[in-house]
Amino acid sequence: MKQHDRGSKQLAYRCGSAIAVALICLGSLLGQLSAQSGELRFCLRAEPKTFNPLKVEEDSSGAIRYLTGGVLVRVNRQTQELEPGLAQSWKVSKDGRQISFRLRSGISFSDGTPFTAEDVAFTVQQLMDPALHSPTGDAFRSGTGNVETKVISPTQISIRFPSQVAGLDRLFDQVAILSQHSPKKEMAVLGPFMVADYKPGSEVLLKRNPNYWKIDEQGRKLPYLDSIRLDIQPNRDVEMLRFKRGELDLINSLDSEYFDKLAATSPQLAHDAGASLDSEQLWFNEVAKSPIPGYKKNWFRSANFRRAISEAINREDLSRVVFRGHAQPAMGPFSPANKFWFNPNLKPQTYSPDAAMKSLQSEGFRLENGTLKDKDGNTVVFSIITNAGNKSRERMAVLIQDDLQKIGIHVNVVTLDFPSLIERMTQSFDYEAIILGLTNVDLDPNGEMNVWLSSSDSHQWNPQQKTPETPWEAEIDRLMRAQASTSDLKKRKEAFDRVQEIVVEQQPFIFLVNKNALSAVSANVHGAAPVILSPQTFWNAERLSVPAK
Amino acid sequence: MRSESMNLGRKLACAVLVLVLAASAAANWLAPAGYARQYRDATGAPPSRAHWLGTDEIGRDRFARVLYGTRISLLLAPAAAFLSTLMAAFIGGLAGYLGGAWARIAMAVTDLFLSLPWLFLLITARALMPLNVSPLVSVLVTFLLLGLLGWTTAARVLCTTAASLRSSDFVRQARAVGLPGQRLFWIHVVPNLKPVLYAQFWISIPVFILSEANLGILGLGVAEPMPSWGSLLKELEGMVSVGEEPWKFVPLILLVVVVTSFQLLLSRQEEIAA
Repeated sequence: MKQHDRGSKQLAYRCGSAIAVALICLGSLLGQLSAQSGELRFCLRAEPKTFNPLKVEEDSSGAIRYLTGGVLVRVNRQTQELEPGLAQSWKVSKDGRQISFRLRSGISFSDGTPFTAEDVAFTVQQLMDPALHSPTGDAFRSGTGNVETKVISPTQISIRFPSQVAGLDRLFDQVAILSQHSPKKEMAVLGPFMVADYKPGSEVLLKRNPNYWKIDEQGRKLPYLDSIRLDIQPNRDVEMLRFKRGELDLINSLDSEYFDKLAATSPQLAHDAGASLDSEQLWFNEVAKSPIPGYKKNWFRSANFRRAISEAINREDLSRVVFRGHAQPAMGPFSPANKFWFNPNLKPQTYSPDAAMKSLQSEGFRLENGTLKDKDGNTVVFSIITNAGNKSRERMAVLIQDDLQKIGIHVNVVTLDFPSLIERMTQSFDYEAIILGLTNVDLDPNGEMNVWLSSSDSHQWNPQQKTPETPWEAEIDRLMRAQASTSDLKKRKEAFDRVQEIVVEQQPFIFLVNKNALSAVSANVHGAAPVILSPQTFWNAERLSVPAK
Repeated sequence: MRSESMNLGRKLACAVLVLVLAASAAANWLAPAGYARQYRDATGAPPSRAHWLGTDEIGRDRFARVLYGTRISLLLAPAAAFLSTLMAAFIGGLAGYLGGAWARIAMAVTDLFLSLPWLFLLITARALMPLNVSPLVSVLVTFLLLGLLGWTTAARVLCTTAASLRSSDFVRQARAVGLPGQRLFWIHVVPNLKPVLYAQFWISIPVFILSEANLGILGLGVAEPMPSWGSLLKELEGMVSVGEEPWKFVPLILLVVVVTSFQLLLSRQEEIAA
């Protein structure tokens, strides 16, 4: 009996142990399965203008490029260090003109086309083709001449630029590699996700790229997510409501108003990563061929006029009232959050309507019955456009309207849907002033070559200049090219410090505020770690997971 | 009994409309500040003695904005309604009276107008307008557009009414005794169209108020800093609970009360028309 009892106990113990082990294994398996499934949902604020990664110039297309594009090297948004991507290793020559990559082997595009050095050469040639007007390519243009690519083997390539390009390796973070041979062209990708469906005006569906090459530390294939659904939703109120209802998993960039409300009720979902690199600015249309009256062009092309407007804007109030303290008054092109490249000699822009009035009077403007008139008697009135639905910008415009009224300037605030605004800004040039933001992807000023070079498409106040139209723009061109063509960090810093000073003197962009990086992430999302660099919340999308529904 | 309560309702509606109109007309005296005045140290403030309905997110007195916004919406919506009714009378009434090919052409044009996606066309029209227009001009243009585009439904009703009048006995009799067409139209047809015209006018007012409110929510209506019910309703977009800041609902309540009052008066007009 006793023996039988003992045997029964042993059997029960063994069975129990076996069940426990089986349960642990099953749990682990289910955990693994759940980590590798699920759909992440968030919003794009506007229709993506292109799926060609080389032609990206706005946030929506940029987000898609980040999620789908495979790059040779990647800036880790958290550590801000450069990490290997499709390239296992790379080397920049001493003269800073050449970069050699050793590529990973056995990698395929999402459609199965093999990835080789030929694809890199093809991408670089496309990128630097002047006919394409690639904003990404502008960052590589440090001198005149052709870029030479040399395919050494299927996994080795060297690229030689006509002159030195500073921070050359980091610039490749923005270059998504295209397939030379795939019939799907730019829809064949090397990134963690691929575009599976696009419904204009509604959504973009990204599915996991089955051929993605990365694996995690446990040997599991990345990405964990099955898909990402990007809803096109310009209205931020709707976006917030949907997030609160659980229909969205994250909001990459949050308005301060909603941040405060969310932080009050669910502090664990609201993330303030601190001062960001992004800025909000106002600029005037200085395009010579724009269809605005000549006398207005004269105002807008006058540095004294622009300086006066800048002095008449109360930036402290913009930060305090519009952003509820979650922003800092901007001092110049770079945020003080960019500790190395920010010019510490720049002083906060002072708010002084009196000084503004003096600047205007020196240009022949005068006040008549509370209305400002120019020297020819034209009433100073202009419109500021911004994108409808962006409450912060709409409110900034109304505050600026009120500030400028104090010096007799009448401002008409017009909100437009984003595509109309972009069309006016980049095609018809039919506008007078714009309030928009600048998203800084990289800490290095080379990432902004496309903004500061006068020949660039993104030189917003007066783009695509054949030759610089003003001496100070010529000087900025020279300094930007000079800093881009040396690897001496001290010289680069000196050159870019001077660029910042010129921009503050000339005010082509009237920088208003630097916003804090505010975001919202649902508790369902695992692996999220919001940072100040864009894209703040989904920079590590391949390692994010959400429970499968 | 029912008739007495209906009369009481109409009297109440009339009193409400008179009160709202009087308050908005006296905005200059009743409002503690101008609609654009920004109290930047008291942004998003709750109701207080200084600001009866609190302040908006950039510190503007909400009570002042409600008063001035009411003035704009209540003055211009009837103006737009008048314009659309006039167009409907001209197109629908005349087509119905003339009949035949005229009626068919007019109704084809009306059907075409009715089938167009007006919301998108209005957005496009507003986006195509010159940017540098003053807030006052933007208000006028918005309501002018609403007036010019809102005649179609009324035109169909008037066309049908005019067609039935054309074949009525008294018109036939007048024609038989040799009354000229133009004179017959002005003496016999137009007076009989009046009740329908009044009814269409009253129907259009709340429709235009709501249309302007919709355009305002899209950021395409009345330009800043000028208030309208549309721009005031925009404040409600981000609200998740009524109890959070209930005073923000005042413009919405006012809109509902005014539209209901118009509807009550309208039922009287419909009775007259019938």
